[in-house]
Amino acid sequence: MWAVLRCLFMRDLLLAVRRMADVLTTLFFFVIVVSLFPLGVGPEAETLRTIAPGVVWVAALLASMLALGHLFDSDFRDGTLEQMLLTPQPLSLLVLGKVMAHWVVTGLPLVLMAPLLGLQFDMAPAALPILVISLLLGTPAISLIGAVGAALTLGVRGGSVLVSLLVLPLYIPVLIFGAGAVEAGISGLGAGAHLSLLGAILVLALCFAPLAAATALRISLE
Amino acid sequence: MTLVGINWFKYSSPASFYPLAGRLVPWFFILAVALALVGLYLGLFVAPTDYKQGEAYRIMFIHVPAAWMSMFIYVVMAIYAALGLVFNTRLSAMMASALAPTGALFTLLALWTGALWGKPMWGAWWVWDARLTSELILLFLYIGFMSLEAAIDDARRASRASALVAIVGAVNVPIIYFSVQWWNTLHQGASISFSNAPSMAATMLTAMLVMTFAFWMYTIAVVLMRVRCIILERERHSDWVAEQMAAGR
Amino acid sequence: MAEFFAMGGYAFYVWASYGAAALLILLEILWLRKRQRTILQRLGRMKRMTEVDSGVKVEYETKT
Repeated sequence: MWAVLRCLFMRDLLLAVRRMADVLTTLFFFVIVVSLFPLGVGPEAETLRTIAPGVVWVAALLASMLALGHLFDSDFRDGTLEQMLLTPQPLSLLVLGKVMAHWVVTGLPLVLMAPLLGLQFDMAPAALPILVISLLLGTPAISLIGAVGAALTLGVRGGSVLVSLLVLPLYIPVLIFGAGAVEAGISGLGAGAHLSLLGAILVLALCFAPLAAATALRISLE
Repeated sequence: MTLVGINWFKYSSPASFYPLAGRLVPWFFILAVALALVGLYLGLFVAPTDYKQGEAYRIMFIHVPAAWMSMFIYVVMAIYAALGLVFNTRLSAMMASALAPTGALFTLLALWTGALWGKPMWGAWWVWDARLTSELILLFLYIGFMSLEAAIDDARRASRASALVAIVGAVNVPIIYFSVQWWNTLHQGASISFSNAPSMAATMLTAMLVMTFAFWMYTIAVVLMRVRCIILERERHSDWVAEQMAAGR
Repeated sequence: MAEFFAMGGYAFYVWASYGAAALLILLEILWLRKRQRTILQRLGRMKRMTEVDSGVKVEYETKT
């Protein structure tokens, strides 16, 4: 059973590596969006330091969400997805494998890039590890929740905008605890509580999102 | 299952539910109007002036019932959605679709009246109070449900997909509410909160409950009307519809 | 009476709230009635079209 997970994970990873452009566009979107905020709000250091955790987190959410289109689309278009529905292996495992690969390729780069962007906003150096950990816990949850939205909007016109409408309200707890963790760390209150809640959300997402996404795939493909 | 000698399962087919709903609609409208008149009388004339908030608190007789209905309707919608997904009954899916616009309307009303209450009380048209913010997110959930259904052409896939959205949303509502509460208390402290409502005189509470029931009866009436439209739209190729048309509705 | 409408100075806020409720409810009912009319008209059209179709078919059959 775990062999299936590994198999799909490696396959999707390999396919994504062959299409590096997709990976890089998500990352560049992240960087650009973060850079837009000082341009909109003004370069005053104090303001930027205050808004930094929220800005980085919102940009990570949006970048992650944009990348959701790649998750099922190419398999859907060439018929592989239908084949996946017909295999005897549990569909939720297949979905989990795909989402894991998708996260490595789209979420992980965001996590690695975040400290640099935090420095751009003159965030306290002590807060940077908290930023990284919060994103490390949050971005997989986002990919998992997003997979449900992506599965529901397969082949629907206006799919990418529609996904955002469906999925952004569900992201809000992750955003609150993620950005909150960083702010708590900066203000000295300790990020422990926020990070534990983030972890809890991740665990819940790991348990239920693949199932929901599998159900959604069956609904979309029958 | 014969409760009170009626075969309830007979009404789970759109064909037999259609005429039943048609007969029920006027009664629920009558109930709604009657309760609304009583509620408005109690709220606008009988309930005393609040010593802290003056007459402005009377907005509460619209705001609170609307907010309660918005949440109640979402739960009922999610239940019908789940029934439709699990038991594959067309009528359950139709009921879920029929409930959504009315739920969104009450959410909008709650937000609008919330702003109108907030401005004289706290000087701002919008306060990021935990409950108002949760209400806003509820509106997004309703809009997501309706958008997904509207975007998919195949009616069956559309109702099943939006059903899943409703269920996932319903499961997430407690998580969202808890996180927004957390966010609010950490950032603002409890000073600005809609829970600092005037301590309820008995008449105020009664008026609010009566208005809530009025909205509830109105909801049932309107949803039954809407589900009749949906039934006709989705079942338009079936024989019983043709017979209805031949008979003249 | 004027005192009632003034609502202790909060007239705008109170009546905008009650007014919005009335307006939204009215709009919803009107929208629904329009939807009802549309679907019934469409069904009527469908019925007349099938009658015309079957009328033509019968004619053709008698000709051969």
